[in-house]
Amino acid sequence: MADSATTGPGTSGTDRAAAADGCIQVAGLTMAFGDTVVQRDLEFEITRGEVFVIMGGSGCGKSTLLRHMIGLIEPAAGDVLFDGESFWAEGDADSRQRISERFGVLFQSGALFSSMTLAENVALPLQRYAALGPRETRELVELKLALVGLRGFEDYLPAEISGGMRKRAGLARAIARDPDLLFLDEPSAGLDPLTARRLDELILELRDSLRATVVVVTHELDSIFTIADDSIFLDGESRTMIAQGAPRDLAQRAEQAKVREFLRRGGSRRPAPADAAG
Amino acid sequence: MADFAFEIDQPAPNTLRLSLAGRWRLANGLPDAARAERALGGGRVERLEFADAGLEAWDSALVTFLLRVTRAARRADVAVDADGLPDGARRLLEMAEGGPKPREAAPARRPGLLSRIGGSALTELRGVGEMLQFVGESVLSMGRLLRGRPAFKKADLWLAIQQAGAEALPIVTIITLLVGLILAFVGAVQLRWFGAEIYVADLVGIAMTREMAPIMTGIVLAGRTGAAYAANIGTMQGNEEIDALKTLGISPIDFLVLPRLIAMLVMMPLLVLYGDAVGMFGGWIVGVGMLDLTSAAYIQETLRGVRIDHLWIGLVKSLFFGLIVATAGCLRGLQAGRSAAAVGEAATSAVVTGIVYIIVVDAIFAVLCNVLGI
Repeated sequence: MADSATTGPGTSGTDRAAAADGCIQVAGLTMAFGDTVVQRDLEFEITRGEVFVIMGGSGCGKSTLLRHMIGLIEPAAGDVLFDGESFWAEGDADSRQRISERFGVLFQSGALFSSMTLAENVALPLQRYAALGPRETRELVELKLALVGLRGFEDYLPAEISGGMRKRAGLARAIARDPDLLFLDEPSAGLDPLTARRLDELILELRDSLRATVVVVTHELDSIFTIADDSIFLDGESRTMIAQGAPRDLAQRAEQAKVREFLRRGGSRRPAPADAAG
Repeated sequence: MADFAFEIDQPAPNTLRLSLAGRWRLANGLPDAARAERALGGGRVERLEFADAGLEAWDSALVTFLLRVTRAARRADVAVDADGLPDGARRLLEMAEGGPKPREAAPARRPGLLSRIGGSALTELRGVGEMLQFVGESVLSMGRLLRGRPAFKKADLWLAIQQAGAEALPIVTIITLLVGLILAFVGAVQLRWFGAEIYVADLVGIAMTREMAPIMTGIVLAGRTGAAYAANIGTMQGNEEIDALKTLGISPIDFLVLPRLIAMLVMMPLLVLYGDAVGMFGGWIVGVGMLDLTSAAYIQETLRGVRIDHLWIGLVKSLFFGLIVATAGCLRGLQAGRSAAAVGEAATSAVVTGIVYIIVVDAIFAVLCNVLGI
């Protein structure tokens, strides 16, 4: 929980600058399934309170990297550190559990529990707060569902709503207990443009208001340019990251042509005019 | 003890001010907004404003509280001035309020007892109808198969035969052997009173071939293979694979059901024949081991007692049981919803349907055989 999410207009930005430091470090990470290496020697740092985007072509291992970062897959080599604390190399079951409690994760398909209503799904992570009674939990659930645009859907089962709505409900569950580390796998894929924009605004708001550090795997260029403070580009061919930086900079100045082309969608998608001029 | 606090005062006659202080954290719980709601509902307030009286930290706990208070204000026609709130909290509040309007939830009314009973009866009736329709469609599909090329892959058929046959052998062996042993034990205890131990061979032979081997094999396959069919096809339903088949112009019955049905119709009689032999072997163990019968006498009595029509009755039943197990498994799989829970329900339902229909059909056979004097 971000303790420095403080009161008063204008203070949160100052706080963010003051607290800016390496929140997540990926150190020499190699991901492999058996003898097949997916990505090797990944080395990057995510600053507290920023939105960090993992980009790359289909099948290059973006989601796999996310799953390594949230502790679902053990890396073949290397480590992930949270505030300097090793997750894999030196971590034991207790420390991993403690670190994992800081996570909020949205999976690609939403991963809602199909036998529970949306309200029950969102309420599940809140069970650890003994201070919250049924009424308080219900009010919080209503807030979280309202934030993702699902007011009035509390009592629906996942099977009764659309795929996009399931994804948004998954996000509501991910942010249920205001995690300070939020991992989102393709949050806006399959959503209509208005809903996708609303979701982007929400991600930025969670970053600004609750000082969440957000790691996003996404393909959506509009979303990348809107939300990303920093990003890496994973290359499926060379099986490692080939660029890091703010997407607008990378679109203009990345050394590798494939990164520039990816960010310009082969030339059709241009970054904002101001950046294009620069 | 909660770390958060709010005070209510009235800086002007028609203005209510909420002063927020402390650490508003989910871990501390949520404050009860009822006091603020009561103050708003008095009718004399026209404006609600907020003030920072030492707010140290906040998260969704504060936003949830504010959402409740501002909704109460709106209901009471009180104007809300959110300027005094932290920027982030104000924006989150706006986002929560600014989303799509809530859907008109039509609260599901719980129907009365009679209509629930009626509803259940109709559902069951519909279920029987669907089962019959499905069997009909499968027969038509079989007809198409005889007239032309199979729509399914040959490898699928062999796999289904392996799963329904060879892989079921161990459990069929154990179950029928034990049933043969049990029948012989129970029979021996009674027949010993009359010095008629030798008739244990007849009892076990006839019971196994006519009833026990088909029923036990049917139940074992309903639990083992029928459930697997339902789970497999149910998962495909969830992955939209069934929809994909339909849009490719391939009938799911031709492609998925037929190989399973054929496998079951071929393997069930063979398994029952095998079960007959194993069950009689179980009886032989008790007869020779406990009742001091000679092996030759036991076999001789079995051959004398078990007529070929007993064997045929068991085999004909096994065909029906195979049809039931395959139909129940595939039908429940195809009817499954698109969730993980639905797959579990489909598997359970396939087993229950399979076992119930097996017993019902067995009872019908018992009556028919009695009437026909077989």
